[in-house]
Amino acid sequence: MTGSICVFAEQWRGSISEATYEALALGREVADALGVQLTAILTGSNARELAQTLGAADLVVYVDHPLLAETLPQPTAEALAQVLQDRRPRAFIVPLTNVSLGVGTLLALRLGTAGINFCKDVRIAGGRLQAVCVMYGGKIEATVEAAGEPVVLGLWPGARPAEKGRSSRSPVVEEATVSLRDSPVLLRRYVEAEAGDVDLTKQDVLVAVGRGIQSKDNLGLAEDLAKSLGGAVAGSRPVIDQGWLPLSRQVGKSGLSVKPKLYVALGISGAPEHVEGMKDSALIVAVNSDPRAPIFNVAHYGIVADVLETIPVLTAAIEAKRAVARHA
Amino acid sequence: MRILVLMKMAPDVVEELEIAPGGTALDLDYVRMILSESDDHALEQALLLKERHGATVTALALDAPEVDDALFTALAKGADRAVKIAGLDAGFPTSQAARAMSQAIAQVPGLSPADLILTGVQAIDDLDGLIAPMVAHALDLPYLGIVTRLSLDASGRTALATKEYPGGVRGEFEVKLPAVLGIQAAEKPPRYVPVAKVRAAMKTQKIDSAPASLPADGGCAAAQVVEMKRNEPAGHAEMLDGDPESVSDKLCGILTGHGLL
Repeated sequence: MTGSICVFAEQWRGSISEATYEALALGREVADALGVQLTAILTGSNARELAQTLGAADLVVYVDHPLLAETLPQPTAEALAQVLQDRRPRAFIVPLTNVSLGVGTLLALRLGTAGINFCKDVRIAGGRLQAVCVMYGGKIEATVEAAGEPVVLGLWPGARPAEKGRSSRSPVVEEATVSLRDSPVLLRRYVEAEAGDVDLTKQDVLVAVGRGIQSKDNLGLAEDLAKSLGGAVAGSRPVIDQGWLPLSRQVGKSGLSVKPKLYVALGISGAPEHVEGMKDSALIVAVNSDPRAPIFNVAHYGIVADVLETIPVLTAAIEAKRAVARHA
Repeated sequence: MRILVLMKMAPDVVEELEIAPGGTALDLDYVRMILSESDDHALEQALLLKERHGATVTALALDAPEVDDALFTALAKGADRAVKIAGLDAGFPTSQAARAMSQAIAQVPGLSPADLILTGVQAIDDLDGLIAPMVAHALDLPYLGIVTRLSLDASGRTALATKEYPGGVRGEFEVKLPAVLGIQAAEKPPRYVPVAKVRAAMKTQKIDSAPASLPADGGCAAAQVVEMKRNEPAGHAEMLDGDPESVSDKLCGILTGHGLL
């Protein structure tokens, strides 16, 4: 494992996450370019069989411990640090998901090495690893080098297609033991997502609103547009946090991942946390007053305009078109 | 119950961001600094706990442009004390911010022992890691992030924290106090405070200042930015230009072409 590229295999509720396969796909590319091994480290409790799904890696190290049943950041980082102590990789990739958030930061501290957050890609320049990072809400791209190795890289979801990180190969699986102290943080229970009045994942058309909608009073504009298109209204994080829409309407990291035929993003800046949940939509149209809003990097069509002015005009145009079609 | 809220200023990304000459950092002359959004939620959650359980709330921030406004706003909203850590270079990385905060918590009179340390789950410029786990590591305290709901048991020794998982699933955690929690969102939107009340706080209350004390070597391995630029990938949207009517017509044509109308 020393000198390898290493990926944290994130398991949650009995499955390996999509973000893990994405990380394996990137890790495989980097490991092959460097001519080194790709290793995955899986932590869990009675979860050894999940190692078989990590065939993109040459070697899977499985760590079994009751405290690792859930990915609690501190016990998980401690376990990883113990595994890596004598077998230091060149890079350790941790998916930036709600399951693993904090693990990378803690692991870097524990190893006394550099952590780099917000990565979307890894390059090799003159034999050195460079992380390409998306920061400032998606507006800025930074190329970052660590002073030393191993470097712990937090990887945004979507870096590579997950399919590229799946393999039917059987990896070599080794078990490692760790010694952990009791955790002062314990999971009591999971609370399932509340079923809303509308299941966003089953809609062909979603009209999603962000901060640019400005107030709850303006939601009616988005509802009218959604109605004209035969779809439903969704929201980005700030809209949900303001209480303007229920949790069941949230798209993004902590909400739902959707793939409608049409996704209309109104006044949504396009932070990576939101894009993660809608980037696979078949057709994406974005309206935003900021010409540099990162949502235009993922949209197929973009309109730079005041959303509050644009929505009613667009709704009227669609309704007119439909009326013509009905009478044709 | 003593609650500390760790606050950091971050660039307002609604404004245009300029890259500094040299091409490895933002040009701070053109940046408007605002309180990091999730830190605002951390402050709100602390104030809600104060109202529910009785507590003193101290807002601790690193010196940066506009930080006095953020700290006086915290006082006007109901924080009991505001402390500013001075002496860090502009554009300091998150790891340095976390070390300066951890040192201040240990050294500034009245800050420790704290029962609960709240901060935002993540800031948009946390390039080398997150504040909450860094401070938890430095102070050897429990950590949990992405918290959206928080209550305390009667003894004040345990918190019940709700953490967000993917797909709208939530996890309920028992956390032994003292602990450091990264707040994603408070139970209610951050409260509004009129400017007049902030001005009144400026006249009647004060911000305590403490010097940053950092190890000479910076204390940990560094991540170095070798290039910074605007995020403009090749796959940019095709832009539709014109007045609202003509743009709407163009879009209707596109939607019809895709069989959506």
